[in-house]
Amino acid sequence: MTEPQKEYWRWEEYHRVLSEGNWKNKDLITAGVDVGSVGSKATIMIDGEVYSWAVRRTGSNSPDSAQKVFDWALENTGLKPGDIKYTVGTGYGRVNVPMANKAITEIACHAKGANYIWGPSVRTILDVGGQDIKAIHCDETGRVTSFLMNDKCAAGTGRGMEVFADLLKIPIEDIGKASLNVEEEPPPVSCTCVAFAKTEAIGLLRKGWTKEKVLAAYTRAMAVRMANLVNRVGLEKEFVITGGQSKNVGIVSRVETILGVKTLPSPNWREGGLDPMLAGAIGAASLAKSLYLKSKGT
Amino acid sequence: MFVAGIDMGIQTIKIVVLKDGAVAGRAKAHSGFEPTKAAEQALAEALKTAGATRADVALVFATGSGMEMAPDANGTVSMMGADAKAGVHLYPDARTIIDVGAEEARAVRCDERGIMMDFVVNERCAAGAGTFIEAMARALEVKLEDMGPLSLKAERASPINASCVIFGESDVVTLIHRQESKPEIARAVFDAMADRVSSMVHRLGVNPQVVLVGGVAKDVGFVESLKRKLGTNVLIPEYPEYAGALGAALIAQGKAKGAKPQ
Repeated sequence: MTEPQKEYWRWEEYHRVLSEGNWKNKDLITAGVDVGSVGSKATIMIDGEVYSWAVRRTGSNSPDSAQKVFDWALENTGLKPGDIKYTVGTGYGRVNVPMANKAITEIACHAKGANYIWGPSVRTILDVGGQDIKAIHCDETGRVTSFLMNDKCAAGTGRGMEVFADLLKIPIEDIGKASLNVEEEPPPVSCTCVAFAKTEAIGLLRKGWTKEKVLAAYTRAMAVRMANLVNRVGLEKEFVITGGQSKNVGIVSRVETILGVKTLPSPNWREGGLDPMLAGAIGAASLAKSLYLKSKGT
Repeated sequence: MFVAGIDMGIQTIKIVVLKDGAVAGRAKAHSGFEPTKAAEQALAEALKTAGATRADVALVFATGSGMEMAPDANGTVSMMGADAKAGVHLYPDARTIIDVGAEEARAVRCDERGIMMDFVVNERCAAGAGTFIEAMARALEVKLEDMGPLSLKAERASPINASCVIFGESDVVTLIHRQESKPEIARAVFDAMADRVSSMVHRLGVNPQVVLVGGVAKDVGFVESLKRKLGTNVLIPEYPEYAGALGAALIAQGKAKGAKPQ
């Protein structure tokens, strides 16, 4: 028997219910479901305040992934799907969210969600998702004023990082830290194309580079790419990073160094704080509240 | 008079030896970790076939992405220049030469002398080059050489992400989960790649005749998809992967003739 192959790219799935939330006697419960290419996120809000959420990997079937993450967000809340007045679907699979009353682009949702998580001072958002990277500019209400997107290329995306985690056999949660575990920052890899960078990385490993050094060179190249996108959209403080890669300290610290600006500190999601990966779902649930009120004519 | 052309490709080294303007010897070798050594051996092999020794060779010209690593070459030729020269030598009416190799794709527009006029290159991105087919063959668990014949059995095409190898792989997996047949997925892979290459050619303008060279020209699946996308016939020489080496050798021959009149 061979040992099952370890999947280094697998990241943690979880759900959480905030204890201070009380939905009884409250009538406006909304939901946001963000079906990304790699991760699916759902948030339940009571009167515009986050109450519970769930984060899981997206399967090959979008409607099914949306349903599962939505059900998980409701687990242990005492809420039934019927209690939810309005649901907004967002993300790459937004048109396939069965319980959604409306689909809204993830760009609008991320800006709104960042405004909720970090407050009205946020002006520039770098969203690094599984499949694309976006630089978003917004006003103090979380309304998008401009954005730029890099899609159709895995360079810099979470998916690209997963490929490297697998190649180097380092669990995805640890790659950020591992990439900082070098005495000196090596020059970035010359190929941004993930397929070619992989070949380049194998060559560097053969040359005797440590995994950490190779990872540092790759992370650096990706951070340069992200920083360029942010510069093109125009960097204005305050600056935050959302999406799965916001948990990668190797990316965050390098983007900060290259841009010469600190990001607003993220809440610690492991200790009950809001997860920056949830920005899209939170924004969706928040927009759901406004849309519901509008539909009622208030 | 003998001349030689060395094409130092990323994956494969190709050598062509000409005797009085006609091909007298060919050889190829994997580039591997010591491309210079590999090229030396391949050159020796091609010279042997041609019945010549290194001393008999008037000029050696190198081309390809690793051209500076070619063993004692007398000069270098750009890949686009070599493609144009070889294309027009093989097909005098050729004006558009497409070269699809392991890691790069190029389209070259040239004149009747085989002089390059304009070109478009797809580099630094694996989609649109041979690597794409290799990666997709792995995802499909099909041998690389079986991909082409398999794709010809497809009855229809299912679109996949043509723009990135990494996303393309995920798309192939999705199609497998959806229980699409392997021929249809293989066809989708070639269509995706041909889409990318043809859009590159269209930027240049499709000037008949169109010649396809490079290692990927040997893949029937890609050739069929490319013809469909371009909406025109595509000519393929007998040894498409040697086109770069042939072009370099032809240019060497022109120079050698100029240097010592016969």
